[in-house]
Amino acid sequence: MTTTTATHPRNTTNWAAKRRWRNFTAISLTTLLGLVILGAFLMPLGYLFLTSFKDLQQIQDPNAPFLPSRPVTYNYQGKDYPLVKVPIDGTVKELALVNKGRVSQMIDPQNPDKGLIDWTGPAGVAQPWRTLTPVYRVEPYAGNFAAANDAVNVFRLMRNSFIIAILSTIGTVMASTSVAYAFARFRFPGRDVLFIIVIATIILPGQVTFIPQYVFFRSIGWGGTWLPLIVPHFFSNAYNVFLLRQYFMSIPKELDEAAWIDGASPFRTLISVIIPQSWPALTAVAMFHFFWSWNDFFGPLVYLTGREDLYTIPVGLTQFNNAFGSQPGLLMAATLMTISVPIVIFFFAQRQFMQGIVVTGVEK
Amino acid sequence: MTAVAQPAHPALPKKKPRFSKLERREIKWGLIFLSPWIVGFTVFTLFPMIASLIFSVTQFNLLQPQDFKFIGLANYQRLFTDPQVWQSLMITLRFALFSVPLAIFLPLGLALLVNAKNLFGKNVFRALFFMPQMISAVAIVVVFGGVLNSQSGWINRILAFFGIQGPNWFQDEVWVVPALALMTVWTVGNTMIVMLAGLQNVPTELYEAARVDGSSPWNSFRNITMPMISPVIFYNLILAVVGSLQYLVGAFIIGNGRGDPNGATMFYNMYLYKEAFGYLDMGYAATLAWVLFFIGLGLTLLLFRLQRRWVYYATGD
Repeated sequence: MTTTTATHPRNTTNWAAKRRWRNFTAISLTTLLGLVILGAFLMPLGYLFLTSFKDLQQIQDPNAPFLPSRPVTYNYQGKDYPLVKVPIDGTVKELALVNKGRVSQMIDPQNPDKGLIDWTGPAGVAQPWRTLTPVYRVEPYAGNFAAANDAVNVFRLMRNSFIIAILSTIGTVMASTSVAYAFARFRFPGRDVLFIIVIATIILPGQVTFIPQYVFFRSIGWGGTWLPLIVPHFFSNAYNVFLLRQYFMSIPKELDEAAWIDGASPFRTLISVIIPQSWPALTAVAMFHFFWSWNDFFGPLVYLTGREDLYTIPVGLTQFNNAFGSQPGLLMAATLMTISVPIVIFFFAQRQFMQGIVVTGVEK
Repeated sequence: MTAVAQPAHPALPKKKPRFSKLERREIKWGLIFLSPWIVGFTVFTLFPMIASLIFSVTQFNLLQPQDFKFIGLANYQRLFTDPQVWQSLMITLRFALFSVPLAIFLPLGLALLVNAKNLFGKNVFRALFFMPQMISAVAIVVVFGGVLNSQSGWINRILAFFGIQGPNWFQDEVWVVPALALMTVWTVGNTMIVMLAGLQNVPTELYEAARVDGSSPWNSFRNITMPMISPVIFYNLILAVVGSLQYLVGAFIIGNGRGDPNGATMFYNMYLYKEAFGYLDMGYAATLAWVLFFIGLGLTLLLFRLQRRWVYYATGD
């Protein structure tokens, strides 16, 4: 599309201008295409946001525009009449429809003293007033948020999810760092076989181990508690071990050898040499795990059955969905509240996220 | 190299015990740092796997734990003659037919878009296409439940604008599976980033050489980009196939845990969940889990066999 042979200093300005114009057109068209696709892609998010500011009537009105709006009415002689767009005298005026009929009667809110205006509409239409579109005014409704919180206690759900996510994140980061350090820096018999087993457990479907785990946790009395959702993560996680090991391998070994010679213990070396070098990878692991835990549905669903006070966001939201499925406004307000935390954190740390994915996804 | 060096250092054999001590020290510390994984793997993976195998050959229902007994392959026999298993497999397969192509071509297309030389604000696009990946599966189901609502949902409103009567999506036996597959378009962010990294790893010299030879952009894409990123596509294809076999959350919420409407969302995993946590029949549920594992393994091996026809590995990698 654009040639990059910029090695001819004798280009006439005319030619350069043409090329600049072509570049500009290419960039505009590509970006426009990108915006259209992005718009379609994020459309559900727009629905979520706008619907959370609508009451039930605004959602169900089939003529309402996408923005939260309400039909405008005009009070004439103690009664409310809908405002409609009327083509009259070659222009479109917003008039209140007072009497519907073959000849409708309107009142002009700008000029009510003029009295009722007769309007016949297009010829040959039985009820010409039906062709008129009502006037809407944007009017967001904020009551959904408080109502949703009253119904399900969104803040308690968020608190529960937060406690579980933060504790299990601390656990998995500590344990996975230790295990990844063992795989990256120490030679011990069977290391390579064990590492293959680590990779294999990433692929193993959860269902195979989930049922005995459930039986086990129930038999030791951990059913109906957060412990099955937190404690296993203190024994590292294969995916995180893999990511951290790859990262640790890229740190020059001379650095920890120097620390060893200075008499630092392996533990000390981990704390003072490896960890300070690995913040990007550790941040990525911590965030992946935090959001995995925050969004996990199945674990909390199975282990917290019946303990509503301990529910996390996904379980609480499911319950809310079943109870308020017919009230999209409430539902979307609750959903918007619960997704706001991950989305805000994501925008502050998106670079680490994407780097982390690349490390695990490509350099396998 | 060591064979040449050794005669030059006669003191080396003397050092050997000291080196061995160092080696022991290394093993000791290595195992100390490894210990969380050893414990975790044994307790939460190895032991449960063995237990799960044992469950699958026993009659074991948590409602009547006293009736626990060895029944051989009766669970497997039951599974192969269970019409619900076949039905749920067919639903899962139908879902895979819709969702797997989406899970490959959409992220590939998006990666090409956000990698395009002429796109302004690439990083903003990348972040925004990735963002829904942060949203929990449950929230995604709730949002799409609204968007695909037959009356107030935007999709049917848009269709109505073009004079098309949209279906009832999640309430319709025929449309619910495609609608669930449609929902997965929001979780292509990871794959997009991985494919983007794959695109960026293609050596630019290849494109330059092709351009010198007068290759069109489409030919460059087909003959350079596609072969060079085919290992990345292959990797994601396996993830997509295995992932679609294990699909559950959307079906669980849309189907109210019962397979609504009329059993159309009774996916394999949903059936497994019902047996395990509805009827607490752990023996049969473990059997279902193992069969699912072997179906996934079989498909993965099949894909590995077929990859020779289309996946290109640059030599030396």
